[in-house]
Order: sequence, then C-alpha cells, then structure tokens
Amino acid sequence: MPFAIQTKDLTHVYNQNTSFEKKVLDNINIKVEKGEFVGIIGHTGSGKSTLIQTFNGLIKPTEGLVLINGETKFRDKVGLVFQYPEHQLFELTVYKDVEYGPTNLGLDEQEIKKRVENSLRLVGIPEKIWQNTPFSLSGGQKRRVAIAGVLAMNPEILVLDEPTAGLDPKGRDELFNQLQYMHKNLGITIVLISHSMEDVAKYVDKVIVLEKGKVKYCNTPKEVFKNVEELEGIGLAPPQIKYIIKELINNGIEIDENILTVEEAAVAISHYLKNR
Amino acid sequence: MIVTAKDLVHKYFNTDEKGEVIETITALDKLTLDIKEGEFLVILGHNGSGKSTLAKHFNGILKPDSGTLIVDDLDLSKEDNIWKVRQNVGMVFQNPDNQIVATIVEEDVAFGVENLGVPQKEIRQRVDDALETVGMSDFKMHSPNGLSGGQKQRIAIAGIIAMKPKCIIFDESTAMLDPAGRKQVMDTMITLNKTYGITIIHITHYMQEAVCADRIIIMDKGKIYLEGTPKEVFKNVKLLKSIGLDVPDTTYLIYLLNQDGFDFDSSILDVREVVDAICNSN
Repeated sequence: MPFAIQTKDLTHVYNQNTSFEKKVLDNINIKVEKGEFVGIIGHTGSGKSTLIQTFNGLIKPTEGLVLINGETKFRDKVGLVFQYPEHQLFELTVYKDVEYGPTNLGLDEQEIKKRVENSLRLVGIPEKIWQNTPFSLSGGQKRRVAIAGVLAMNPEILVLDEPTAGLDPKGRDELFNQLQYMHKNLGITIVLISHSMEDVAKYVDKVIVLEKGKVKYCNTPKEVFKNVEELEGIGLAPPQIKYIIKELINNGIEIDENILTVEEAAVAISHYLKNR
Repeated sequence: MIVTAKDLVHKYFNTDEKGEVIETITALDKLTLDIKEGEFLVILGHNGSGKSTLAKHFNGILKPDSGTLIVDDLDLSKEDNIWKVRQNVGMVFQNPDNQIVATIVEEDVAFGVENLGVPQKEIRQRVDDALETVGMSDFKMHSPNGLSGGQKQRIAIAGIIAMKPKCIIFDESTAMLDPAGRKQVMDTMITLNKTYGITIIHITHYMQEAVCADRIIIMDKGKIYLEGTPKEVFKNVKLLKSIGLDVPDTTYLIYLLNQDGFDFDSSILDVREVVDAICNSN
C-alpha cells in the first residue's frame, strides 16, 4: 500500500536566483503511513509551514517530489487548516460557513447536508448554535467551526498548522481529544504542527523534528524526547516532566527514562516508592 | 499603587440584523483590583473569562460601563488623562507581525519615543539602551522582516521601554511563539521587572509562565475567582481544572502522588523541590 504522504528529496528555495535566495526545505525524505497521527515540531523558521503547504500543492517543490497515496496530483485529498483558521470565517451562520466548501464542489443537496452535519458533530459543535453567527462563538468554538469547514470537504488527510495556538488549556485538550477521536475511529491521517511539546508527547504516533529545513529526528515521541539537550540546542523544550524524570534518575531513583507524561510518571514513582 | 480598579463593569452586546440586542455578555462583573508599583502580576483564565478586556482598560483602549479606574494616579474617566496614562503604561499584543511599523529595527523602536517630543540626542540614547536591554542591539540596522517571532516581540518591547514606562502589559504576547521565543520574552520580562522595577502584567495560557509571578489572579466570568502567590494558587489543582485551566507538571505530579496516598507538600512548584521531596520521602 502506498504511503499517505511521502516526500522524495524534497527541496524548496524561496526567491530563487535573487539575492534573497533562501533554502527552506533541504532534501526532505519522510513517510507518513495511512491512518498515522504525526506531529511536526521545530523552531520558527525551521521550514514546518512550508513543508505542510507542499502536501496540498500550495507550494511546489523546487526539486524532488511529494506523493500523496503514491500520486503526484492530489489537492482534493489533503485538507489544510491554517494558523488561526477562525480568521477565515465569513458567513452569516455557522451552518452556512461549513456548507460553503462542499457547495462549491457541486455536490447534491442531500450529500451537502450530510457532510455539514457530520462535520459539525465531529468537532463537537452543538446543534443549537448551528444557526448562530460564527462571530458570537468563543475562540475555541470558532476554531472548531473552521476545522469543520475543512472536514466537510472529506479529506483523506487532515493537516493542521498550530491548531491550538492561543487556546486555553481546556480548549487545547478538547481539540486534541477530537483529533484523536477522528484518528482512531475514522482512520483519518492527521499531521499537525505544534509548539506544545506536552501535547505532541501525549497524542501523536510519530514526531518529525525539523531544523534549518532538514529532518533532525523522525521517530516515536519516546525516542525523540530522549534527546533533551539536543532539542534544547535547537530552540525546543521537551515536556517539563522529562526534566523531573532525568533528575530523579540522577538521584538514584530507579524509574523508566522513557516516561513522557505526568500520569505515567506518577504511576512509576508511586510504584518505586511503595516497593523499595 | 499603579492601578486601582473598583467595581469595574464592562458589557458587550450582540445585535441581530435590525440592530436589536439579542445577547449581553458581561465581560467584567464588578471587578475590584489593586496592582502595586513594581509588581509582577500574571492573569490567567479560560478564553472569554475577561482577561484581555480587563487589560485593555488599564491603558484606556476600553472604557468601563461603570466603576472607577485610577492608573498612575490619573482618573481614566477623564479623556485628557488617557494620553498621559499611555505614556506610562505600554502594551505588547499577541501577534508580532501586527506591531511593527518601520522598515528598520531602530526606526521602529524610535517611533513611540519620537512622538513624545523627546530631544533628538536623547532619542538616540534611549533607543540604544532599549535595544541593549532586550538583547537586540546587533539587529539595529536590520529589517524586521527576517526576524523570528520572539525577536519581533522583543523589538515591540524595546519600542515601549524607550518611552520609559512604569508598567507594561503583555496580552498573550507569548501565544504565537515557539519555546525559544517564549523563553526570550519571559527572560526580558523578568529583567525589566527585577532590574528596572517596571510593573509587569502578563496574560497567558501557559501555566509554566506564571510560576515566576509575585501574584497570580485567576479570572472566571468577569470576576476574580482566585488570587495569591503561585504556590497558593496552583495547589488548587481540582478547582483550576474545573474552570478549564491547568497547573504546571510539577504541581500535577505531586497532586497525583498525593491522590495515591502520599503526603507531599501540595504547593511544590519547582523541579528541584519535586526531586528533593521524592528522594527524601520515607
């Protein structure tokens, strides 16, 4: 089976042949399997946003290839959610806003209705506010309506650029839980960029770390976040719990160094303290 | 006191197509708050709790529907005072790209201070000092274009420092930054507060950034829900989670262990303290 997303020697150069020439993606080779949940991290300017825009053809490779499901023609396969997608809401009601995309696909009324309703339910927007103006909603709700608009296009692959920036902790958790639900129950392939290392550690199957346009790491969160010093060196911060675990081990407490979440740490520490 | 707010009320109205009010949202509900000069205050609260509305009152961007607000000994209900207050109370916003006005870093930093009518020679000095303080002197002659988010925010901060304010409000100024950018901005805030005595009011969703505060206030439904030192506030793990907030990993770990029958000090905040407590427990 072909990979959901595969890049072969992908390179992108901005302002080629001018004095502002800048190589933002440098020979990227990554593979995302169907149904995988992947997080991309890297500091500002590392090439993350450029990379994901090549996934639906908004940015074309200067060299190399992007294959979606093994093919090179693919814009309708990938739904891209930009940063602050709520700034793109424009319709009079929540329902109409989500309807806009599928209507422009020329689908029949029944199909449009089905898609709009499914998408809104999927992101957890209650039916009683479907006829409200999107501008009266909270920040987290607006963002979910915007994501519903992308889901209504039935993408096989959902790509999100910092979907939780500016959301409060509850909004952050809700959004991640919904993405996880879609990933687990509907088998949608999800790729997201995040600056929240805690969330990446908690939810994704695979982490891709970009630095200066190159892939620095591509592995499970457990493996990637082992590299505490290296990540710090490139402007990233591993979850705080990693520091606690590291210090505890340095002080002779025998617990697994691969622990990634506070919950796992509490279980391990409790077990250690009760059994020594 | 740099800020004395008493019974502040601020309402937003949602209207239908005919202009009739269909919904009233009370963003500030008789809120009373004093902020001391030189204090490092962090305001936490979920989206829609009234944090930003409150902050925007402190330099007169928004006006209360009722209540009194004295900032820097000036009554903000008097129109004349708003401009005076703004010279002493600066604000850094969320999006670094919306705050840069010039094409060269040092010109951008000079913009505010030039408009105060400060003599040319002094402007030069203040701009240089401000860039030094935020650690951006090397970029003086650069275009702001190629800078990272954290660097742009520091340029915005330098522009405010050059005006020699008594107080700076950071309205989710770290929300769009990567971890390194966040740290740069936090370090700058701490320097401004500890070294230069500038009052800092920081609004954030990152609980970790509240740990260094003198005082935290938690807002919910336009009111102050909880306030105290970081240690006093964060030990209320259950309560904070119930209003959509979080606590630092350190506090949460201790909370989970105590749930499991241990008896650690629930106000622990720092990695070192956690490690010591666990290592020394019997």
